[in-house]
Amino acid sequence: MQEKTLMKGNEAIAEAAILAGCRHYFGYPITPQTEVAAYMAKKMPKIGGTFLQAESEIAAINMVYGVASTGKLAMTSSSSPGIALKAEGISYLAGADLPALIVNVQRGGPGLGGIQPSQSDYFLATRGPGHGDFHVLVLAPASVQEMADLTGKAFELAMKYRMPAMLLADGTMGQMMEPVVLPEPKEPAAQSPAWAAVGTECKRFHNVVNSLYLDPLTLEHTNFERFERYAAVERDETMWEEFLMEDAEICVVSCGITARVSRNAIVEARKRGIKVGMIRPITLWPFPKKPLQAAAEKVKSFLCVELNMGQMKEDVELAIRCKKPVDLCCRVGGMIPSPDEVLAKIIKANEQGG
Amino acid sequence: MVVFEKPKALTDKVFHYCPGCTHGIIHRLVAEVIDELGIEGQTIGVAPVGCAVLAYDYFACDMIEAAHGRAPAIATGVKRSMPDKVVFTYQGDGDLASIGMCETVSTAARGENVTIIFVNNAIYGMTGGQMAPTSLIGQVTQTSPYGRDPKTQGYPIRVCELLATLDAPQYLERVTVNNVKNVRNAKKAIKKAFQNQIEGKGFSLVEVVSACPTNWGMTPQKALEWIDEKMLPQYPLGCYRDKDQEV
Amino acid sequence: MEYQIVIAGFGGQGLLFSGKVLAYAALMEQRELSWLPSYGPEMRGGTANCNVIISDSPVGSPIVQNPNVLMVMNTPSLDKYEKSVAPGGKIFVDSSLVSRKVERTDVEVTYIPATKMAGDMGIPTLANMILLGAIVKATGCVGDEAVLAGLKKIVSAKHADLLDANLAAMQAGKDYLA
Repeated sequence: MQEKTLMKGNEAIAEAAILAGCRHYFGYPITPQTEVAAYMAKKMPKIGGTFLQAESEIAAINMVYGVASTGKLAMTSSSSPGIALKAEGISYLAGADLPALIVNVQRGGPGLGGIQPSQSDYFLATRGPGHGDFHVLVLAPASVQEMADLTGKAFELAMKYRMPAMLLADGTMGQMMEPVVLPEPKEPAAQSPAWAAVGTECKRFHNVVNSLYLDPLTLEHTNFERFERYAAVERDETMWEEFLMEDAEICVVSCGITARVSRNAIVEARKRGIKVGMIRPITLWPFPKKPLQAAAEKVKSFLCVELNMGQMKEDVELAIRCKKPVDLCCRVGGMIPSPDEVLAKIIKANEQGG
Repeated sequence: MVVFEKPKALTDKVFHYCPGCTHGIIHRLVAEVIDELGIEGQTIGVAPVGCAVLAYDYFACDMIEAAHGRAPAIATGVKRSMPDKVVFTYQGDGDLASIGMCETVSTAARGENVTIIFVNNAIYGMTGGQMAPTSLIGQVTQTSPYGRDPKTQGYPIRVCELLATLDAPQYLERVTVNNVKNVRNAKKAIKKAFQNQIEGKGFSLVEVVSACPTNWGMTPQKALEWIDEKMLPQYPLGCYRDKDQEV
Repeated sequence: MEYQIVIAGFGGQGLLFSGKVLAYAALMEQRELSWLPSYGPEMRGGTANCNVIISDSPVGSPIVQNPNVLMVMNTPSLDKYEKSVAPGGKIFVDSSLVSRKVERTDVEVTYIPATKMAGDMGIPTLANMILLGAIVKATGCVGDEAVLAGLKKIVSAKHADLLDANLAAMQAGKDYLA
């Protein structure tokens, strides 16, 4: 096992990507994730990898597309406005069934917005960030340790299911330092996958990496096939964490930094005799519907704590078929609710009952 | 006895191009060069969005379909991933000089060791004949129905000259394919652009001034003449950069 | 005991560095911790702060709501954070730079003319470390050995002379308390 070290979340992502065998990073500077690029710029040349500061976010995601077409691990990182620019390339990655990692260290929006933490790209990430009918894997770390662990996991799942994965963090996760135990290093895969465009060596018919199907029936088939894969992802790869849910009457649902804040509020509420717990989605797509459905059978109400105007709340309501009331505690624009604000909402929910 | 063979680097797929379109000639030239250099098995091509979008079906090497204008960025990714392979893009004027200009200039400025075949026919063909960044002054298209007016629609972009302001490119040449002599010269330039890459010399781009009889509203014969009369005065043939010649 | 620490002042005063020293010291002691900087375009001269939590159980929110240790190196920071300090908390004020007294009566306040002392010692950029020395001594949030080990982690080998200067500054802060 590796030694426990202290790292910024953004640095943990970069190092974990390298340890996962990624040797190709393409990015464009934007706050608050620039540490990822800076780390890669330092490290990649020393290990025979590629760091390239692209001319634009659009170019960066297409460079990722190029590397992914050769069957190797590639990544890019950005923050909200930059991810919107990458949406084109993410759709093409999905359409060509290519694995890749896109890191989004979210900031407030819309437009240029601000540079402080936010979770306002929840819809953008979970509804398929780009044109067309598709999903990307969306993983939401809530600690620096998870920044590292979920980076490796994202690559693993992206390769396994041949689809892009997005690590959806926020400015707090990117900037904070916590102790982290880095994963064991993996070497880049020696063999190319059969579908990769690596040259035919004149030994096989050519591989074509493509998302264009002019025949509607064929295009429909590729969509059906892709959604069968998505069903397998939903069945086998959904991740979440439960906290004090055994006897909970109120279920907080929150991810990332707000899950950390909520944890403090829950501990405080428990001291006051309020039976409250939390389900923390770790994968936002696939969304942990099952544990929420199970909770809906037991609890009186739900409380979503988010850094947006209630985007995840919609998923919770869908998951539980609006069976129980779902309240919202949110701050936006770079503001973060304090544990006291969350506690006040928990107390209110407790008074109201179901 | 076979007197005229199809290059091995082309598949058996029948081209979809219009009568008199010069894409077919240029595809063939690229394929002949790949055959002659013996690099089919080591080559990865990147196809554009535009009339040549289906180029991935025609070239027998491994192919990648790009988003509109992004081929140079994708080629960069492929080349960085596999520096020993031969990577080329095949792009039209809208793809390379309009929506993808940023990628084109930046890839050239980095001196990325890739080969770009740039087909300039001064029009958007696949979408039915709209004004291109390279459309001539006064040229009538669907979106310049009164002729391209520089006051509101600007001037055509000369890509070779523009890229020749950069330090990095190894080789920039403009050719055309409207007669046998010009076809031979075009092939020579394309071959050099691939050889440069194999020798690790860096960014090479060959601009091929081409005909689009369908959207120009001409017979194939007239279109070839129009290249001489109208296109070449705006886009003079010649070598705009060859670092081999600068000693 | 969970130490919820806020370090605040102007950018360029070494506030984030002070927080890092505590964070690395806590790491050396195998404790739970988090370190969270404010970030933004003002790299120098603007307001800056840093939240450090040192605990014996997993850290919840890394954002400190009610610090039990506050270190301030300018008046705006005292204005901003004084009310948030937990009752019984400790406030450490650079009295060279903060023009007023703490108004709260339910907290322990230590005034140290750290910037003046640092100037007198010929280490004008290390006023932050004088205050930090006082904090370590007065709160016991981390041990001296861990601080030394932590400092060694963050002061690179080529700046070894800075290690001694930092230690001297921290010692001055401790001595001031005595």
